[in-house]
Amino acid sequence: MTDRAESLPAQRREGAVPRRLDKRLDRGRLAAAIAPYLQVAPLTLTFAIFLLIPIATIIVVSFWDYDSIRVIPDFMMLNYEELLTSSVTWQIYLNTLKYAVLTWALTLGIGFTVAYFVAFHVRSLTWQITLFMICTIPFWTSNIIRMISWIPFLGRNGLLNSTLLAMGVIDQPLEFLLFSDFSVVLAFVHLYVLFMVVPIFNSMMRIDRALVEAAVDAGATGWQVLTNVIIPLSKPGIAIGSIFVVTLVMGDFITVRLMSGGQSASVGLMMANQISLLQYPAAAANAVVLLFVVLMMVALMLRIVDIRKEL
Amino acid sequence: MAKPAKGREPRPLSFYLLAAFFGLFVLFLYGPIATIVILSFQGPNGGLTFPMNGVSTHWFHNLFQQQAVGDFGGALTRSVSLGLIVMVVTVLFSVAAGLGFRHRFRGSGVIFYIAVASLIVPSILVSLGIGLMFNIVGVEPNWFSSGLGAHLTWTLPFGLLIMFAIFNRFNRAYEEAARDLGATPWQTIRFVVLPIIAPSVIGIALFGFTLSYDEFARTLMTAGSFNTLPLEIYGMTTNVTTPVLYALGTLTTALSFLVILAALGGVLLVQRRRARLGSDAGVGV
Repeated sequence: MTDRAESLPAQRREGAVPRRLDKRLDRGRLAAAIAPYLQVAPLTLTFAIFLLIPIATIIVVSFWDYDSIRVIPDFMMLNYEELLTSSVTWQIYLNTLKYAVLTWALTLGIGFTVAYFVAFHVRSLTWQITLFMICTIPFWTSNIIRMISWIPFLGRNGLLNSTLLAMGVIDQPLEFLLFSDFSVVLAFVHLYVLFMVVPIFNSMMRIDRALVEAAVDAGATGWQVLTNVIIPLSKPGIAIGSIFVVTLVMGDFITVRLMSGGQSASVGLMMANQISLLQYPAAAANAVVLLFVVLMMVALMLRIVDIRKEL
Repeated sequence: MAKPAKGREPRPLSFYLLAAFFGLFVLFLYGPIATIVILSFQGPNGGLTFPMNGVSTHWFHNLFQQQAVGDFGGALTRSVSLGLIVMVVTVLFSVAAGLGFRHRFRGSGVIFYIAVASLIVPSILVSLGIGLMFNIVGVEPNWFSSGLGAHLTWTLPFGLLIMFAIFNRFNRAYEEAARDLGATPWQTIRFVVLPIIAPSVIGIALFGFTLSYDEFARTLMTAGSFNTLPLEIYGMTTNVTTPVLYALGTLTTALSFLVILAALGGVLLVQRRRARLGSDAGVGV
């Protein structure tokens, strides 16, 4: 019985549908199959032209030769040899890594605490959204202006020094506040902490509140709820935030140049200097190594947390 | 809410400690900007730090005198135009791609990973790569060609991720209903899908404009012979020692805030309109 009932409409369709309509259905099916490709094409082409080909260009140019005025097509390893055998390179990589680790640890601590407060201690959704917006608005303003804005605050005659002097806490202006590793890391944290807050907050808002209640009912203290429920479930957000912060710091040059007053170096700054000296092949070799290092770091973080599951 | 007594439940001590931490965090985020806004109103004889030497709008006037700083007006015009172009392109490309990604198709995984890679690859690398590419091909880099492309590698991934976030929560029953009522695919998108995703599209537009308007590293080697505003500001940091720098900072930040407010206002407007004209399901005849 059921067999017949099911096959009946199919038979009727095959027999009764006029050929013209059939063709139209076919065309519709064809369009449906092609549509996604057409819809994705503009985006894909943009990435191909402005991301993939440029990276390929960098890789090719990294094997080229150069003199003081031009680049010369070639195939040689000299750029890499010079880069990897120089002790300066290693020091600069170590210095950049130091900035990355310090910034990562600070943004993680601050970002997690802020996200945790808004997600679990603020009770009304309206307030949660408002506070979240307050945290994200600076993301849409200029990074350079946000860096510059520390200068009147941290400088020798800056706000902080004059306040501390007036209070009698210190009797000489603190010199380490501006144009130092301190100010570089401070600016990094200031600029990039949002990249930590947003994904962690997003992860936390997805945690089923019943799990927290269950833990409390089972006798867990607030601290235990945090360490046994919330932190493990926030891991995808922590991973995404960490990838953002680490890659941004590893590739940065403008913050290091502005906030260290030219007294510190980073990989990006080394590249920027080579670019300004028109040593493009050297800069390209540097870029390839940097890209490799950054991708390895990201791969490492993805091994710890599988974010693909969470998207 | 379900439990009206909840509001009167006493807050634990941890709440107050965390609230204090949050307050300090907000101060940390906005304090420095507030300082330069105040300092930009320095008197004509004032310096780069406190104390204020009178209050004036001298430095704002100074900003608009061509010779005082580089080509501020031109840089601003270029940055705003580029921001608007990037905004439109980002919205069109990422909404289209977002619609495409709802179907399974070959290569979708690869394209997704390329988009994520675009976020992860250091900006200076993109800048260098595009600069070199134009150099080798023999095309002069320009803010509206190479600069535009460089900015899109930064804004498109954000647009695409926002689209993913929308469509993960999208109820397909609405589309099916439209189709059952005889809507063509275009009508379904125009009258059903787009109105539903409108607030998030405003979000994508906000990302597109502001990220481009403030972008520095990706513009460095791709802007060609004319500076965009961030490049201009960066140039000023090395040779301008008057509060005119702060005036510029105040002005661009104000512009950013205006754009953000406009976007938020737009979202609120859409939501209010939706509440007013919303569904009458269950209300009865």
